[in-house]
Amino acid sequence: MKLLIIVPAYNEEASLPGVIRDLKQHVPSADVLVVNDGSRDSTSRIAREMGIKVLDLPFNLGIGGAMQAGYLYAARNDYEIAVQCDGDGQHLAREIRKMLQPLAAGTADIVVGSRFLTPGGYRASVFRTLGIRIFSFILSRIFGIAVTDSTSGFRAANRRVIEFFTRTYPDDYPEVESLVLLHKVNMRILEVAVTMHDRTGGSSSITALRSAYYIAKVLLAIFIDLMKKVR
Amino acid sequence: MDLLKILSIIGSASVLIVVIELIRRGRLKERYSLLWLLAGGILLLLSSSRDILEYISHLVGIYYPPSLLFLLAFLFLLLITMHFSVVLSDLSEKNKKLAQELALLRQEIQKMMNRSVEKQDVTG
Repeated sequence: MKLLIIVPAYNEEASLPGVIRDLKQHVPSADVLVVNDGSRDSTSRIAREMGIKVLDLPFNLGIGGAMQAGYLYAARNDYEIAVQCDGDGQHLAREIRKMLQPLAAGTADIVVGSRFLTPGGYRASVFRTLGIRIFSFILSRIFGIAVTDSTSGFRAANRRVIEFFTRTYPDDYPEVESLVLLHKVNMRILEVAVTMHDRTGGSSSITALRSAYYIAKVLLAIFIDLMKKVR
Repeated sequence: MDLLKILSIIGSASVLIVVIELIRRGRLKERYSLLWLLAGGILLLLSSSRDILEYISHLVGIYYPPSLLFLLAFLFLLLITMHFSVVLSDLSEKNKKLAQELALLRQEIQKMMNRSVEKQDVTG
């Protein structure tokens, strides 16, 4: 099974070497592709020096455009499975094997790693958790997409989903939005329990007001996606 | 001829002249100029003939005919800005695709260069 691990990275020189070593150790059979989203630090050089393939975007496209570039690479180089794994070290390579099983068995088209399927497995700020809970509630109750961790960027996709993503990939809040789009084209979405590292960076500065604004924007994006024509 | 009429004729005629001149010099693409030409043309027609202006005003229930000019100008501006938003979205999508293609091509070139270096190492 030809497997590609896509690591989107924007100014991740500090955490990237650890992520790459972790992937090489736990998934030695996979190819790793770093998508450097216009970083100003030495993200690209560090990855090359470790013998990793790098896509250098000429300027910052944002997570959506960067991930889509990775999926384009996967599609054109005939990968059967693509895993997306953040460059900041919060996703653990040893969990990938678990996520591949449903794809190999053909029971899902995309597998999402969830922090919330094991009780007490993850502690985040109140606001962040609140946002994720609201999205998950709406996705599962209104659309019937059974997800607990809708903002998880730890995913494994089969060939059908890879090809879909090369055509359609949301720009703004791709994690949540892509679930809605995939559901619209009848892809099978499955969650598996994973553990993640707490993010080391200072995202704790999220205030109540800012989270409310974020939640509102994502909800708007979801409903716009609902009306969109997708092929 | 009253002052308002003269002024509005001058105004709408200069819109038309400027648009045509921009197209002629290649500074404005024809496909983006259609709305501008239409706007200039209709405003010129309405400002040069008080009869048409009053007729339409009466038809839609506007008591002060010149305010129809303002209404139309406003609607045209709205349409044109909306048109801009559509064009802008299209351009940013194309821009994203170009950036992605560029990154993929760079990677492809890198791969080919590495391969030719390896070949030289083996043969040379």
